[in-house]
Amino acid sequence: MPAQINRILLLFFAFIGLFLIVRHFLIPESFGQYGHYRGDSLIENAEKDKIFADAQDCHACHSDILEKLENEMHAGLSCLICHGPGRTHVEDPQLGNIAKESGMEFCGKCHDIHPARRGDVVFQVDISTHHTEKTDCIECHNPHALWEGME
Amino acid sequence: MAAAGTLLLSSVTRPFDVLLMASDPPPEEGPWWGIGMDIHLCIGCGMCAKACKIENQVPDEPFYFRTWVEQYTILNNGEVKIESPNGGIDGFKPSFEEEEIFKTFFVPKMCNQCAKSPCTQVCPVGATYDSPDGVALVDDSYCIGCGYCVQACPYGCRYIHPEKKVADKCTLCYHRLKNGLAPACMEVCPTKARIYGDLRDRESELVSFLREHDYQVLKPHLNTGSKLFYNGLTAEIS
Repeated sequence: MPAQINRILLLFFAFIGLFLIVRHFLIPESFGQYGHYRGDSLIENAEKDKIFADAQDCHACHSDILEKLENEMHAGLSCLICHGPGRTHVEDPQLGNIAKESGMEFCGKCHDIHPARRGDVVFQVDISTHHTEKTDCIECHNPHALWEGME
Repeated sequence: MAAAGTLLLSSVTRPFDVLLMASDPPPEEGPWWGIGMDIHLCIGCGMCAKACKIENQVPDEPFYFRTWVEQYTILNNGEVKIESPNGGIDGFKPSFEEEEIFKTFFVPKMCNQCAKSPCTQVCPVGATYDSPDGVALVDDSYCIGCGYCVQACPYGCRYIHPEKKVADKCTLCYHRLKNGLAPACMEVCPTKARIYGDLRDRESELVSFLREHDYQVLKPHLNTGSKLFYNGLTAEIS
């Protein structure tokens, strides 16, 4: 074999060797485990912190409220809708660390009359005319027992 | 010498074939997640968009969303108006006179978790991918922030995270899903307008939903294999 071919072949193999070495360091260990991505990324995505609590945890302490709610229009709603993420409260249950959202603005997000809201899906009321002398819906309506104490 | 040999050998054994495959065929077993949304049930309260921002630490600015709600209004003259003030987080106030309106409804939007996802196909580095259970995810530590996927998504469901400088999107709350919890948006939906489920499980809530409704996907002509099925989708919605 001519000497110049030998030199080119040597260069060629050196290049392949270099490619394999670079490849070793650049491709992460778990790349290609399931497909064209880092397999470990699946675990990282699955292990991110959960902020919203597990709504089932509410039953552990508040089964009385939840039982009462069963016959209410608000039955079946997740506690987290009005009470916020609730994670700190589940980990360290105290009176002060759970949200209690209310007010015309908040209740109105679901219940204020709106042409795009279907009447058969949600009970609607015109908040601009309904008992304007009150400042908060919960002055009359207990969210856990909506018609309690009313004629 | 031995160390060099091991290194070369380990390099050769690292898979070459995966470098050629952009997206993988679905596995034959295990869950295959999909989403169902009922436009008739959506009341535009925006709880989903708010909960999503809290759960996934999505930036507060009104143009970063993993899920949001749009209000479609079709006027008597045929004009279609689409609004989404702050993604619906603050609720919706009527913005047209009732006499002008022919029809109006809310459309919740989120990642369609496409089976043939355009966003994962264009990623040049393999930082975004379809998980074996059918969720399109992003590998934060691998993404170079080129934004190609943001352009490729026909549903506008991706953005570049302003602090992390990587692509960000709905993960169907993969961290909750894997622990048997519902995604945050579905947990707080008061009317169950959005549900998720295993498309392979004939008993799942989602499969029952599909059986009982005349469902449709967004932009079917793009052949994205969208796994977000809407009930009540009309021709005006895109």
